[in-house]
Amino acid sequence: MSLLELRELSVIRRNRQVLNDVSLTISEGELVGLIGPNGAGKSTLMEAALGMIPFSGSSSLAAMGTEGRARKAAYLPQSREIAWPVSVEDLISLGRLPWPGGGYRAEDRDAIESAITRMELQPFRHRTALRLSGGEQARVLIARALAQQTPLIVADEPVAGLDPAQQLACLRLFRQLAQEGRGLLVSLHDLGLAVRFCDRLVLLAGGTVLADGDPRHVLRDEMVQNAFGITLRHVETPDGPTVLPV
Amino acid sequence: MKPVFALLTLLMLGLFILSLVTGPADLSMADSLLAMIWGGDGPVPIVMREIRLPRAILGLAIGGALGLGGAAMQGYLRNPLAEPGLIGVSGMAALGAVLAIQTGMALNAPLALPLSALIGAAAGAGLLILLAGPGGGSVTLILAGIAISALANAGTALVLNLSPNPYAANEIVFWLMGSLADRSMLHVALALPLILLGAVLVCGTARGLDALTLGESAAMSMGVSAVALRWRLIAGLALMIGPATAVAGVIGFVGLVVPHILRPWVGARPSLLLPASALGGAILVLTADIAVRMIVPERDLKLGVLTAIIGAPLFLHLIWKTRSGGRI
Repeated sequence: MSLLELRELSVIRRNRQVLNDVSLTISEGELVGLIGPNGAGKSTLMEAALGMIPFSGSSSLAAMGTEGRARKAAYLPQSREIAWPVSVEDLISLGRLPWPGGGYRAEDRDAIESAITRMELQPFRHRTALRLSGGEQARVLIARALAQQTPLIVADEPVAGLDPAQQLACLRLFRQLAQEGRGLLVSLHDLGLAVRFCDRLVLLAGGTVLADGDPRHVLRDEMVQNAFGITLRHVETPDGPTVLPV
Repeated sequence: MKPVFALLTLLMLGLFILSLVTGPADLSMADSLLAMIWGGDGPVPIVMREIRLPRAILGLAIGGALGLGGAAMQGYLRNPLAEPGLIGVSGMAALGAVLAIQTGMALNAPLALPLSALIGAAAGAGLLILLAGPGGGSVTLILAGIAISALANAGTALVLNLSPNPYAANEIVFWLMGSLADRSMLHVALALPLILLGAVLVCGTARGLDALTLGESAAMSMGVSAVALRWRLIAGLALMIGPATAVAGVIGFVGLVVPHILRPWVGARPSLLLPASALGGAILVLTADIAVRMIVPERDLKLGVLTAIIGAPLFLHLIWKTRSGGRI
């Protein structure tokens, strides 16, 4: 079943075409990597798909009401903003805002506890999130998205600024979530991680989808040269194929 | 409910009663309260019902509005230095009041001054909506607020500059300092319903302000409508702050310092800080209003002056805290 359907999505900002006729479908159990150079329109695509900015074309999510949409898709923005010294548990409980009761029913407590356990945040639950390291804060924010219990998760560069171990842990979690039946749209700059973990890649450049499909097919030499101006060395490892930019 | 809320409520009620029994008339506490409730002959019920009761109600309502407005602005802008005066409505209300004094309208009708101030506040709110627009972000709102405040301050300065005699100028300056002295139940009837309506609107933003802790995009993805939140907040603040300024003048620092004082006790989550700051604001204004009557009863010490005297050292504390590496 498809969780997100975009049809001919276009966005114009300050008289500049940022997205041009993007069509895309995300289905249950799929981890889709959104790749492309800086300024390709990855964040804009996510915001438009979620109905946060004006666009032309259609998005199955944007067509829903604000709360209905929030029960279908959780979003992890690129900036990991935490404005106030709020406890980890309180931050995670914000994920229950779209649901009736807003965090005070038994099922809300279960969802919050499950997210805390899954992200191994029990030792920090009463600590102020602002006092945690960047990696720990990222885990808290992912836990907030998990507490939202949506079939789709949209994450904008979730591994940016994380150390290699945390990057792997984050993408392994996303892989697991996909295996459990959730759909994920994740923008990534690390093409090696994208090849290793994603079921499908969508290559975006200049606001247009250049390729959409199997990672190795998308990362063909001419595509990569066209989008990034580099070439990739394809490497087979015991953990599966990966790529190195050269 | 956290014990701190019960403590704040008790403190506020205690100060409300203390405000009722504080004044130049030498009345015993029991007699004055009984006279206020049961009425009777003589001047005591009149003093209690016509002078002290409106003053205490206004102290509570205006303090609550300023505290609530401060916490809401700080939560919306995610900035601990925000305060309700930032949207320019209080400046415009002050301009309206100053014009009523300058033109002599204030002398002719008892409610001319607050009504003129309310018109100023409404004009300020309209201007804010026009300038900040539905699609503008928080920066646009701050810029619009600063522009309106600057315009209102310029207008007030012009009126002072052109005042026909030193007495009018003197009256304007004293009014601008803020006071709850000599307010009647008419002032209460004018301001209280609007303040309550504004408070209901602002309290309705609590969940949205909580979500804004994670930024505007994350809040929108959690089902918060940025446009609805913004309108509700602007309307609520204008309905609280406009009438508060209209009947009491400019009372600064309350909206700024109360959330700062309470954050360590109730936490930084806006939905908890909003009701706590409403209670805290009422406590601060009631305390200051009792103090102005007790410190120098023979001189008319202005409420706004005292709140500024209380507020300034808190800023020194904040400077000390940030210099030692802490967060404000």
